[in-house]
Amino acid sequence: MQLVQLSDWLLDIAFVLYVLASIVFVVAMTGKNWAGRDPKQHELKYGRIAYWLALIGFIAQTGYVIFRWIAGGHSPTSNMFEFMAFLDYCIILAYLIIYRIYKLTVIGAFVLPLGVIMLAYSYVFPKEITPLIPALQSYWLHIHVTTAALGEGILAVGFAAGLMYLVRTVPQEAATKSTRWLEIVLAVVMMLVGFIGMESTFSRLDHKTVFELPKEQLNFQGEMEKMKVEYTLPAIVAPEGSKIIQAGPMTPLFTAPSWMEGKDAARKLNTMIWSVISGLVLYGGLRLILRKRLGAAMQPAVKDIDPELIDEISYRAISIGYPVFTLGALIFAMIWAEEAWGRFWGWDPKEVWALIVWLFYSAYLHLRLSRGWIGAKSAWMSVIGFVIILITLVVVNLVIAGLHSYAGV
Amino acid sequence: MDQIKCECGHANPVGTMLCESCGRPLELEIKGEASFPDMRYEGMARRSQTYSRTIIDRIWNYFSSVKVAIGIIVIILVASAIGTVFPQQQYIPVPVPTEPDVARFYTETYGKLGTIYYTLGFHNMYSSWWYVTLLVALGTSLVICSLDRVIPLYKALSKPRVNQHKSFLKGQKFYGEAELPAETDSAALVEAASAALRKKGYRIFQNDQAMMAEKGRFSRWGPYINHIGLIIFLLGVLLRNVPGFYLDEFVWVREGQTIAIPDTPYYVKNVQYHTEYWKEEEMAQELDLKGGAVVKSYQTDAILYLNKNADLPGANPDLVEIKSGPIIVNHPMEHEGLALYQTGVQEMQLGALNFVLVDKKAGNKEIGPIKLDLYNVPAEQQVADGVKVRVLDYFPDFVMGKDGKPATQTNLPKNPMFALEVVSEADNASEKLVYLSGSIITEKDDSRYTLEIKMPDLIDISGLMVRKDKAVPLIYFGSFIFMIGVAMGFFWQHRRIWLQFHGTRVMLAGHTNKNWYGLKQEAGAMIEQAKLPIAIEDKSKA
Ligand code: HEM
Repeated sequence: MQLVQLSDWLLDIAFVLYVLASIVFVVAMTGKNWAGRDPKQHELKYGRIAYWLALIGFIAQTGYVIFRWIAGGHSPTSNMFEFMAFLDYCIILAYLIIYRIYKLTVIGAFVLPLGVIMLAYSYVFPKEITPLIPALQSYWLHIHVTTAALGEGILAVGFAAGLMYLVRTVPQEAATKSTRWLEIVLAVVMMLVGFIGMESTFSRLDHKTVFELPKEQLNFQGEMEKMKVEYTLPAIVAPEGSKIIQAGPMTPLFTAPSWMEGKDAARKLNTMIWSVISGLVLYGGLRLILRKRLGAAMQPAVKDIDPELIDEISYRAISIGYPVFTLGALIFAMIWAEEAWGRFWGWDPKEVWALIVWLFYSAYLHLRLSRGWIGAKSAWMSVIGFVIILITLVVVNLVIAGLHSYAGV
Repeated sequence: MDQIKCECGHANPVGTMLCESCGRPLELEIKGEASFPDMRYEGMARRSQTYSRTIIDRIWNYFSSVKVAIGIIVIILVASAIGTVFPQQQYIPVPVPTEPDVARFYTETYGKLGTIYYTLGFHNMYSSWWYVTLLVALGTSLVICSLDRVIPLYKALSKPRVNQHKSFLKGQKFYGEAELPAETDSAALVEAASAALRKKGYRIFQNDQAMMAEKGRFSRWGPYINHIGLIIFLLGVLLRNVPGFYLDEFVWVREGQTIAIPDTPYYVKNVQYHTEYWKEEEMAQELDLKGGAVVKSYQTDAILYLNKNADLPGANPDLVEIKSGPIIVNHPMEHEGLALYQTGVQEMQLGALNFVLVDKKAGNKEIGPIKLDLYNVPAEQQVADGVKVRVLDYFPDFVMGKDGKPATQTNLPKNPMFALEVVSEADNASEKLVYLSGSIITEKDDSRYTLEIKMPDLIDISGLMVRKDKAVPLIYFGSFIFMIGVAMGFFWQHRRIWLQFHGTRVMLAGHTNKNWYGLKQEAGAMIEQAKLPIAIEDKSKA
């Protein structure tokens, strides 16, 4: 019990340090041209502080991983909270490795905010240590999931560098297709932030809306009872044919379309709508304050960085992440599946999406190596690749149910 | 045979882009860097770039194209994604015994989209002929493109050229040149540069006017090795369709039962089954499970037997024990490639019915117990001295047939019905009784005997999956080769640096397939250490 407490604290400390590191990184990049400063000196000084903050945060998170592992008796990768926090850990680890190679302050300015978002996202899920169900009791759980997460973490750094490349090189003088897409990517990031913000605010407020569905279900006492769905967020969409048995802060505006199946479909749609709304509000607010495209606002901070170098960093990260991902998410997964289910491949949605990620990065590598897709094209590919990883982690885990869905959220 | 002669006098095969001897670009004027030939095979001739006359040539060229390969990969990717929009048939959560049931499931659950999905056959995406065709096309492409490139690559790598043509050097992305003071000792500079690079792990080829430093050449084989790994993998997948390579069976075995495993000479016995739950004190944290419990393990204690008479048709099985022990999820029982997996369970199923025979005429005196094993029904049993019970009829899953006669729906004892006869030897009388759905029906109203119903024996039935997959080692081997290839290609890079003196001019060029940053760092350090007066111009061609 004490170990669990300790590991929770360490994770909170890591979170705070990552937030601080992100802020200092941004100051390092944007404050270069403040009056009376030597830009090089400024970047060096603040970059170093930020790097150390990130490193100490990483050490704290290492402590979290170790203590939670000991307390739970298994690697902290067995539910959605643990997996997301671990993925975040891998992103920071990948950042530290790539930074050691290239020593470029700006990498941190893009990767650490990503780390903060991922860690905050993990906090949305239930944090309890749950005992392992039989299917997860295998040392392959540790090997497969940790390696896959490491691969995804390194690919995430490839994404951050790709995004950086686009911010650096997409011309901002006039609105073009590229600027529009870049704004869309940034707006989607805002939606993720919006989702995290809404979810963590409302889970504290306890403004639940509870619906009763017309379907029945066996409960643990073996009796049939009406299914219930609980919304943490205010209800915009109600499940079809449902009745409100505990009113929340809002009356639903409409019901979910009937083809949306599953007990939680409407709730997920509701969450999605709130994420989009809050993301757009955040994005719109920022645009009002900055009075220009977000891409245009970010560009000056990175304008003196060699785009070719960023391009190479993105590619390097992907070319390191790709083998690790292959090993963890496909090969180890196949070995485990063979041991647990007697088939190394079963076309379960989760497996298929790992294959899709892999095929996508294979296409990326061929386009780059043989068709000369470098620079902007390559950067867009790295962004799309990470979006596919996020789909795999978020949408497939939460929406498409399969053998793997250990996420009860 | 057609040949192209270079200025230097070397005769090159048709299709060669950079002279094999001096490296001068053939058949094209160097206008800018953009038109400089692809460095990947050092401009060696490739079959696909050379011939396109016959159908075979065309097919060859088609499959050796990376553009086509990427097209195939992307189509597979999109198809795979579509296959996850709705569940595949094998993952439908409710039983769908017939094809119309399957169709109805998709229509009723997902509406119009579901109907379309079903009609297009997307519910069996991954075994559809066209998906398999795509995989085969990918395999073909892998084989052909590797063959097309492997010899040119071998030639390119086995003949490192120290003296490259000037235009070759100028064509490189990484290039610099400078004028040297007249009295410079070029041999000494070459020596100094070589020494600096040797320390970085380069292999040096040199004469007194020129040097080439190379490292990580073997990494160029990475792509071929990883593609060979993929080919082996795909072969393994295809092999599973060969009879005998792949076995997939499922058996239900109840506690105490020994049954034959279909298509094998083996038998398996379920000694005992049990499910274990996590105890509260074993959990790291207190959880609110809402009255439920978390399963810790599903376990069947089993014995595996070999039937020595398996090859003798009609002979009685002669079983020898081979292995015994638990079968747990994630820990199958294995024997010579055959593996038994704990995959399902039906707990607390009726195993035997228990009764007590009662004599109503003797003041409801209990005569003795009766046990009716539902899987192995005794024809007759002695209840007490002089009293026997005979089983006249048994329907494990009773229904009243349409013709008014009793029948059984399945062989499983879901709704057992017995017709019994009690025989009293003392007064040579007999009486009939029927047991059905928890009640006793007697023949006469004032019958002498009746049955008192006791707790039935409940048993667990384990579902064991039996698999044999001889292709698995090949599949793992292919994966392993793939990983080696990818690691070779990505964790090492082929780097080359050329240094040449032409009179008083010195030229420096470098090439790598990946990691230009690393190359620049090493070349930069070399320039510094050897005190070369060269400034590298960074041509942003990448
Ligand atoms: C799913 C299938 C495939 C995968 C996973 C795959 C994987 C890879 C990887 C990882 C590389 C980079 C290796 C390195 O640079 O070290 C590569 C390179 C390459 N692949 Fe593939 N490949 C696939 C299919 C194909 C096919 C069908 C072709 C046939 C046209 C092909 C042609 C090439 C070529 C020409 C290269 C570049 C080789 C070089 O740079 O010298 N690949 N492949």
